[in-house]
Amino acid sequence: MNYLDLVQILDSTIRLSTPLLFACLAGLFSERSGVFDIGLEGKILISAFFSAAVAALTGSVWLGLGAGIAASVVFALIHGLASITFRGDQLISGVAINFLAAGMTVLIAQDWFAQGGRTPQLSGSARFSSIDLPFADALRDVPLLGPLYAEALSGHTILVYAGLLAVPLTWYVLFRTRFGLRLRAVGENPGAVDTAGVSVVRLRYAAVLICGVLCGMAGSYLATGLAASFTQNMSAGRGFIALAALIFAKWRPWYALGACLLFGLLQAISNRYSSIDLVVIEIPNAFVLALPYILTVVILAGFVGKATPPRAGGEPYVKER
Amino acid sequence: MDKLPKWADVALIPAINLVLALIVSGVVVTFIGQDPFEALAIMVKGAVGSTYGWGYTLYYATNFIFTGLAVAIAFHARLFNIGGEGQAQLGSLGVALVCLSVPWPHWTLALPAAIVGGALFGAAWAAIPAYLQAKRGSHIVITTIMFNFIASALLVYLLVSALKAPGMAPESIRFPEGARLPTAREVFGFIGIDFARTPMNVSFVVALLACWGLWLLLWRTRLGYEIRAFGHSERAAVYAGISPVRITMIAMLISGALAGLMAVNAVMGEQERLLQDNVLGAGFVGIAVALMGRSHPVGVFIAAVLFGALYQGGAELEFETSVPREMIVVIQALVILFTGALDGMVRGPLEKMFLRFRKRPAPGVAAE
Repeated sequence: MNYLDLVQILDSTIRLSTPLLFACLAGLFSERSGVFDIGLEGKILISAFFSAAVAALTGSVWLGLGAGIAASVVFALIHGLASITFRGDQLISGVAINFLAAGMTVLIAQDWFAQGGRTPQLSGSARFSSIDLPFADALRDVPLLGPLYAEALSGHTILVYAGLLAVPLTWYVLFRTRFGLRLRAVGENPGAVDTAGVSVVRLRYAAVLICGVLCGMAGSYLATGLAASFTQNMSAGRGFIALAALIFAKWRPWYALGACLLFGLLQAISNRYSSIDLVVIEIPNAFVLALPYILTVVILAGFVGKATPPRAGGEPYVKER
Repeated sequence: MDKLPKWADVALIPAINLVLALIVSGVVVTFIGQDPFEALAIMVKGAVGSTYGWGYTLYYATNFIFTGLAVAIAFHARLFNIGGEGQAQLGSLGVALVCLSVPWPHWTLALPAAIVGGALFGAAWAAIPAYLQAKRGSHIVITTIMFNFIASALLVYLLVSALKAPGMAPESIRFPEGARLPTAREVFGFIGIDFARTPMNVSFVVALLACWGLWLLLWRTRLGYEIRAFGHSERAAVYAGISPVRITMIAMLISGALAGLMAVNAVMGEQERLLQDNVLGAGFVGIAVALMGRSHPVGVFIAAVLFGALYQGGAELEFETSVPREMIVVIQALVILFTGALDGMVRGPLEKMFLRFRKRPAPGVAAE
């Protein structure tokens, strides 16, 4: 493995991390407000389909992005209705949403395009084109840092950079605004927030909606940026890896970036090599793919740093009378 | 105390939820350009209109009884075991190892051994999340989800290395002839009834025994009482001297064992070799089955047969119309949504209605 290989791996790490990052930040908003969301996977999938379908039909990737976000928001509202308004079980609602997305996408894809549950290939303006960062070409020949900048950091689609910008934005909203303070408070002690005269229901709906928008961006990037069409079950567990990253990051935005990059790197490595030869032992590909899940269990077990979820997470809020 | 009479709680609410799920499913079918009533007729005929349909329906139902009971017993201890999928995968590994390691002379010997193998491996896969929940407070839903993925990676790895049969496909070699379970065709043929060739096999009887056994355990033993008490109120259970660690472990071990037993039907009874994905989502169907069956073995049985019919009917629907098989997944999602998550939507108005008609509680009903 030479330096150029490394740069290429980093390049695909950034691509593969982006959907994880959007979904992870989506989960961050939802869970910080006390609404557990294991339906990230379903929201990614439904938005991947609608973004690819609308982009294929209209030829505009921006309309596709809008449709993807809208679809994801509708699913987020179902989750909100079940878990906030009707105080149902948030985990079960998430399971239902995942299945609903898995079934509906194929059903509608077959009805609209009749291509065995997929959308037509996207090309031209129906996909996000890559953006070259300033001076990428000029700096290409600088030793070491040049290729890193020109190959790995530059040349991604706008959603990749939006995802990276979403991290400081999420941090600012959650930790430097009044809305963020209330959002975090409602996830820890909704009773106190209610006593202060702030609507628990409205705050949680706001968080669930933001979660929907971010998941929509994750799915849209998956179908129109990373791939060039929708294929059946293309989210392939990314929603759950994002959930794992969220726990790994202990529900914090900057840590989330680190966790998503790490899990993206693992995916990039397993995509590139069928197995890793470490002289002494050979690590099978399956192990690299399972590593995010194993690491998350280890973190959850609390042997290496304890991950404590928001205290009121998973519990519907019942106003006292 | 009781806002609803018992029959409304166990029968009326699930029925209304199911009808709601079916109405929305019908809207979806209409939306993709099919007549929902015609689709329903095809599904019913395909699922129960012939011995062929019944055989497949009950074959699927056998899988769902095991995974449904697995979710149900965990629900009784107020644990949400979403890891039935992974536990069933490990169960398939256990069953395969049992079937492959001994040249079985007869299925009557192979079946008990496979039951033990499947149950042990399934329980072992549930043991780690259970321990982490009981001792370290790690959320069992998250850990069992993670264990589903780890199980599938483990199987993928084993089937390209140690257990791989010669050839291209990632699967194990065929089980020996002595480990083949008698099918419904052979059993019914023995008493002179012509039953179509289907994968339904004697595991169905094992599933019925599991239903009965679980009912016995939950409502006729001390341990079952402790599990239910723990599920109702952890604090009261601790006050009564019930150990949360012990109950969490035992409930999850039984749950994992039941999920693992599914492999006896699917892997030993049908596929007769170890495949990479042999569970095919049955672990998740178990969630819908347990919710619809209100976690009672009888309810689980009825719900499992309904879902078995849904799966078989859905296959026929794909065969005869342009509705893809994924319609089943949509219906399943809607059943989970309406019976599980949106339960309060039906329950609230219904409770108000019953209270209006019944100002005073009838004597003797309120006790329980």
